[in-house]
Amino acid sequence: MSESAPALILSASGVTKRFGGLVAVNAVDFDIPEGSIVSLIGPNGAGKTTFFNVVAGLYEPTHGSVRFMDNEMIARGRRAWAEPLTWVLPTVIVALLGFFIMQVSGSGVALALAMLVALGLLITMFLLAIVRPPIYERMLHRLGIFKSARPNDMVVAGLGRTFQNIRLFKTMTARENVMVGMHSRLRSTVLDAALRLARHRREEAEADAQARLWLAFVGLKGKQGEIARNLSYGDQRRLEIARALASQPKLLLLDEPTAGMNPSETAQMMTLFGRIRSELRLTILLIEHDMQVVMGVSDRVTVLDHGEKISEGTPDQVRRDPRVIEAYLGKGASA
Amino acid sequence: MRRRPGRALLVPAILLLLATLDWSYMGTEQFVNALTIGAVYALIALGYTMVYGIIELINFAHGDVFMVGSFVTYWLLSSLGFNGTISDLPLLVVVLVGTFLAAMVVMGGIGVVIERFAYRPLRNAPRLAPLITAIGVSFILQNIIQIFFGPSVISAPQVMDVQARVNLGGVDVSVVKLFVIAVAFILMIALQTFVSRTRMGRAMRSTAIDRDAAQLMGVDINTTIAVTFFIGSALAGAAGVVQVLYLGTTNFQLGFQAGLKAFTSAVLGGIGNITGAALGGFLIGFIEVNSTVAGFSRWSEAIVFGILVLVLVFRPTGLLGQQLGERA
Amino acid sequence: MSARRLQGGSAPLRLLPGALRRGVERFAGRHQSLAVLVGVALVGAFLPVIVGVPPFSGFGNRNDFVDGFANAGVFVLLALGLNVVVGLAGLLDLGYAAFFAIGSYAYAYSASPFSHLDVPFWPMLLVGAMVAATFGILLGAPTLRLRGDYLAIVTLGFGEIVPVVFLNSDTYTNGTNGISAVYQPSAYGLFGIGSFGFGNPWPYYVTVLAIVAVAMMLLYRLQDSRLGRAWVAIREDEVAAASMGVNTVTTKLLAFAIGASTAGLAGVFNASKLSLVSPDQFGFTVSFTILAMVVLGGMGNIWGVAIGAFTLYEVQSVFLKQLTNFVHGIHLPAVDLGFLRLDISAIDFVQYQFLLYGLALVSMMLLRPEGLFPSRERKRELHESAEEAAESNEEVVQA
Repeated sequence: MSESAPALILSASGVTKRFGGLVAVNAVDFDIPEGSIVSLIGPNGAGKTTFFNVVAGLYEPTHGSVRFMDNEMIARGRRAWAEPLTWVLPTVIVALLGFFIMQVSGSGVALALAMLVALGLLITMFLLAIVRPPIYERMLHRLGIFKSARPNDMVVAGLGRTFQNIRLFKTMTARENVMVGMHSRLRSTVLDAALRLARHRREEAEADAQARLWLAFVGLKGKQGEIARNLSYGDQRRLEIARALASQPKLLLLDEPTAGMNPSETAQMMTLFGRIRSELRLTILLIEHDMQVVMGVSDRVTVLDHGEKISEGTPDQVRRDPRVIEAYLGKGASA
Repeated sequence: MRRRPGRALLVPAILLLLATLDWSYMGTEQFVNALTIGAVYALIALGYTMVYGIIELINFAHGDVFMVGSFVTYWLLSSLGFNGTISDLPLLVVVLVGTFLAAMVVMGGIGVVIERFAYRPLRNAPRLAPLITAIGVSFILQNIIQIFFGPSVISAPQVMDVQARVNLGGVDVSVVKLFVIAVAFILMIALQTFVSRTRMGRAMRSTAIDRDAAQLMGVDINTTIAVTFFIGSALAGAAGVVQVLYLGTTNFQLGFQAGLKAFTSAVLGGIGNITGAALGGFLIGFIEVNSTVAGFSRWSEAIVFGILVLVLVFRPTGLLGQQLGERA
Repeated sequence: MSARRLQGGSAPLRLLPGALRRGVERFAGRHQSLAVLVGVALVGAFLPVIVGVPPFSGFGNRNDFVDGFANAGVFVLLALGLNVVVGLAGLLDLGYAAFFAIGSYAYAYSASPFSHLDVPFWPMLLVGAMVAATFGILLGAPTLRLRGDYLAIVTLGFGEIVPVVFLNSDTYTNGTNGISAVYQPSAYGLFGIGSFGFGNPWPYYVTVLAIVAVAMMLLYRLQDSRLGRAWVAIREDEVAAASMGVNTVTTKLLAFAIGASTAGLAGVFNASKLSLVSPDQFGFTVSFTILAMVVLGGMGNIWGVAIGAFTLYEVQSVFLKQLTNFVHGIHLPAVDLGFLRLDISAIDFVQYQFLLYGLALVSMMLLRPEGLFPSRERKRELHESAEEAAESNEEVVQA
C-alpha cells in the first residue's frame, strides 16, 4: 500500500442483508477513508438505511463483513454454538472429576466440594457471558468464536450515529440527552455513584460542562434545559448530532440529517459538517436526498439502487453517470 | 392470524404421533382426561390468542371471564331448580343448549363491555397501561363474584350423568368427557370457518396484520375488535359451562390458574394463531395429566409455567406461530 | 444544579406554599442525602405523635399503630425496589414477590430452630440483599430480549414458580408449614427503647425507618448517576439507547439486581418481625399489591412511591377495618335482589380490598396513569403519547 493512500476507517466487503425473501442490501463493498466526508445516496428503498444499520451493529449481515478501525467487527457469527459449551463444559468437567474422586477415595466431602466449585463455575461463566468483559471476549476470540458487534460495542469502538426519523429521548432535556450520549465514556461505577465519591461528583460536573460545550458546538447554546420534545424540528436534528458527538466517535453516521429543513437551515448544517471534519477531525458518512448538500460537502459519493452499488466517485463523476440518472429518473432519461 | 395449508396439517400430524405412543402407562382413562382438560384450555386459549392477535394485549382478565362463565352456569342451573342429573334426554338437550347459549351470550357481552370501557380508551397508550388495567379488571371480576357467591368452593349441579359410559370400538369412555371434547372441536371448527370464510373474519385478520391499512380499506376497527372480544369471551363462557358439567365445582379463584395455563397453551401453540391455540391447549392438557400420572402433581403448576418461560425465551413465536417483529 | 431535576417534583413538597417550597427544593438539591434523612426522620417522628390525636386515637392504641407502621415500612421498601424495575427502567415485573420470598427464606433458614443455625440479623440483612440480587440477575437474564408484555408474563411465571419451589422443598423450607419461631434481632442494648420482641414494636419501627432512609438515599444517588439516565433512556427507546453506547444487558440486569436486593432487605426484616415464613405469603396478590403501590404513587418518583405504599397499606389495614366497623354500626337493611342478597352491613371491606385496588388501578390508568405524584417525565410520556396517537389516527381516517 502506497504511503499516500489514507487509512481506511471503515471497510465493508460483500455486505449482504436478507430479510426472509427480500434482499435489502446485496454484496456491497464500501470503504471510507479517514477524515473524509462520504455520502450514500439512492432512490427510496435502495437499502441505504439498512446498510447503515448493519454498520452500526443493529443488524447482523447475512454475508460479508465490516472492518472498523482495522478490526473485523461485524459479520455473521461464527461458531456461535460453541459459546454455550464454554459455559457448561468447565462445570461438567469439575462435576465429573468430583464423582471420580469420590469413587476412588470414597470421600463424600470431595464430591460436595466439587459440586460447589462446579456450581460456582457455572454462575461465573454465566455472569461473564452476560457482562462480556475483555477477558471473556479474548477467550472467545482464541476459540475462534465470533460474535457480531452490537450497537453499544460499535459506540465504544468509536462510531456515532443519528436516525432518519429522530429518536431523541423525548421527555428528557437537551442536556440529559447529550449526557446519555456520553454514557460509554464516563468511568464512574455504580459504587462510586452510590457512595457519592469525589471522583463521581467531579466526573458528573465535568460531564455537565462538556454537554454544554457540545450543545454550543451544534448551535444550541443556552437550550440545555429545554425538553427535547419542545425543541423546533431543526433544533431536534442538531440535538441528535450533539448526542452522537458526545460519545467522542471517530466516525459519524448521519441518516438524512437535513430532511425537512429549509435552505438556510440546510446551509447551517453544511457548515456544521465542515466544522466536524476540520475542528473535531471526524470522518462522516452521510445518507442524503438533498443534492445540494451531497454535492456541496462530499469528497466522494456512493450510489445504491435496489440494494446494489451502482456508482461511486466524486460528486461530479456520479452526477454524470448514466446509470445513476436512470436509477433516479427511469430509463430513457439518460439518453 | 395467517394460515398456510401445510402448517394446518401439523395439528393432526402431532396428534397422530401422540396417539401412536404407548399410552399403556397412562391408561385410556387418563388419555381421555388429558383430551378433556386440553379441550377446556384450548377454548380459553382461543380467546387469548385472538385478542392478542388483534390488539397485541394480553387480556389478563380473560381467565376470570371463564370463571364468571362457570358461575353464570351455576347460577342459571340452580335458579332453574336443577340440582342433579337430568335423566330425561330431550329435557337434557334443551337445558344444555340453553345453558351454552346463555353463558356464551352473557360472557360475550361482558367481554365487549370490558373492552369498551377499560381497554378501548387505552388503545394508544404505552403498553404498560392496558396491561395494568387488565390486571385491575381481573381483580374486580374476582371480587365481584366473591361478594355475591362467597369465597368457598361451590358445588354445582352436574346435569349430565358423570357415571354414564359408552363403548367406542372396544374402549369404554365416559360420556361427559366425549361430549366436552366434541363440543370443543365443534366450536373450534366453527371459529376457524368464521375467521377464514366470512367478511367479518377477513376484517379480523386484516386488522390483526395492519390496523391502519385495514382502516383505510374501510374496516370498522371498533366493531371488529368488539366482535373479536365477543367471540373470545363467548368461548371462555363455553369453557365455563364445561367446567360445571365436567368437574362440578367452581370458585372465584379458578380464573387465575386456569388463565395462566390457557395463556401458556396459546403461547406454546403460537400466539395469534388459532390452530396453535387449540394445539397448545391439548399439549398442556397432556403435560398436566402426565405429570400427575408420573407422580409430580405437586410440581405440575411449576412445570407448566416453566414451559411458558422456556417457550417465550427460546421460541416466542411458538410451535406454529407467525413472526413477531423487533430485533432485541 | 439541574442534575437533581431528573427526579421530578418531590411529593411531600407539593403541600408546602411556594416560597418555602423553593427554599426546601434548593436545600434538597444541594444536600440531597441529608434532605432524605431529615425527611424520613421528620415523618418517623410525626407518625407516632399524630396517632395519639383524635380521630386516630379512637382506632387503636399507639403501640398497635406503630406495629402497623413497621409493617408498612416493609411495603415501602418493596415499593421502592419495584419502582427501580418498573418505574425507572420500564420493565414490568409481575413476579416481584419472588425476591421478597427469597430474602425471607434466606433469613428464616439461617436463624431458626428448624435449621439449627443462628446467624445474627444485621449481617443477614446484607447477605439477604445480595442473595436476592443474585436471583434478580438469574431471573432477569431470560427476559432481556423480550418485549414488554412477554417480559411481564415471564416474570409472572417466575413469580409463581418460586413459591411452588419453596412449598415443595420440605427439607429446606418445611413445606406448607413454613419456618416458624424465626429468631428476632438482638439490639446489643443500643436502642434504649427496649429489645426486639413481640410486645414491643418500637425497635422494629426505628430499624425499618433507618433501612428505608438508607435505601432512599442510595436510590436517589443512583437515579442521578449515569446508571439512572441509562435506565430512563432504555425505558424511552431501547434501540436509541443502545446506539448511544448504553449496554442494555448490564443496565437491565442492574435494574433487576438492585430492585431485587431491596426486596431481599424487606424479606429479611419481615421474616424477623413476623417470626414466621410460609409460601402463601408470597403469591401473586402480593406482587400485585406492590405494583399497585408503585403505580398509584407515581412510577419513577421515589418519595411518591414511598408515600403511595404507606398510604395504601394504611388504607388496607386501618381504614378499611374502620369502614367495616362503621358500616356494621349503621345497620343498613339488606337488599334482596331475588336471587342474591346484598347485605352491606355484613360486608367485610378488608376482604374486598382487592376489588378496591382493582377499581383504583383501572381508574388511575384511565384518568391519571402517571400516578398521584408523577415524575415529570412520566406525565409527559403518558399524556402526550396518547394525544399524538389520537392526532395521527385522525389523519389516517381523514385521508
